[in-house]
Amino acid sequence: MAFDSFSAFIAMEGHGPYVWACYSVFAVLLVGLMIWSSRHHQAVMASCKRRYQQQESSTSARPKQAATFARVEVSQE
Amino acid sequence: MWQFFHKLGSPKWFFGIATRFMPWLLAIGIILLLAGLVWGLAFAPKDYLQGNSYRIIFIHVPTAFLAQSIYIMMASAAIVTLVWRMKLADVFVKAVAPVGLVFTFLSLFTGAVWGKPTWGTWWVWDARLTSMLILLFLYGGTIALDRAINDEKSAARAVAVLVLVGVVNIPIIKYSVEWWNTLHQPATFKLTEKPSMPVEMWVPLLLSVLGLYLLFGWLACLRMKTEIVMREQKTRWVRELVMAGRG
Repeated sequence: MAFDSFSAFIAMEGHGPYVWACYSVFAVLLVGLMIWSSRHHQAVMASCKRRYQQQESSTSARPKQAATFARVEVSQE
Repeated sequence: MWQFFHKLGSPKWFFGIATRFMPWLLAIGIILLLAGLVWGLAFAPKDYLQGNSYRIIFIHVPTAFLAQSIYIMMASAAIVTLVWRMKLADVFVKAVAPVGLVFTFLSLFTGAVWGKPTWGTWWVWDARLTSMLILLFLYGGTIALDRAINDEKSAARAVAVLVLVGVVNIPIIKYSVEWWNTLHQPATFKLTEKPSMPVEMWVPLLLSVLGLYLLFGWLACLRMKTEIVMREQKTRWVRELVMAGRG
């Protein structure tokens, strides 16, 4: 241990604010980037899944209309 | 060799490999980075000249190192995009540019905060600091350019050209401390020489560089996977993968 006490460790002989500011900004940005990236990945996967399910339900719920031979009457007017 | 090259270009193959490696990258990266930082903060001896403020080096050097090496990797991927039109190379450039931006910002920020007690100023317009600021703008420029062009293929080509033009900045950053008279101290690590600092200082530094490198690998894999899912969502394999909840 390079320091005698915990308070000396925090103070760092007057350089504490500089050192701790750097380490906290580093931790916030790095952890933030990691969490944000993995949440974004989850969100993209979830939205894809939703779209696939929609496609499946729209194709299976409404069966394709069978072809009919009904003649379309053209208006005589 | 060529078969390997083609496999590497296949998003599906990459997706599988990345999923397998990611837990290891994350776990070992966190362990190494934490070990390096705790050692550097609490156990490394203090610098006889700069006192305790030098402990910022344990995050300043890794972020600056990564900022430059990510750019070199992006430039290599840009060549692959332009020459072989490999999809995965463009996915890489797009996925890691924001990570490079954050690391460049962190190295500038920690450098400024370190400069205050050491040089008595937050910022000087000298060669090393200015060329690092240009690197920050280059990262920002690639991200902006990619967003500005809607067509995926033309965006890939335009971004690749911009990244390659910007690569001249990398040797300028590296040699700026030797070519010009700057406030910035010369490189801490050189491949050809023994480090000029004692073992108790450079081992934690090496640990935190390696740890951050692995965490970057994790971030790159994750962000590339997101990009692949978005681009290939019409393919059958992505559909099966998403529906099975894997990845």
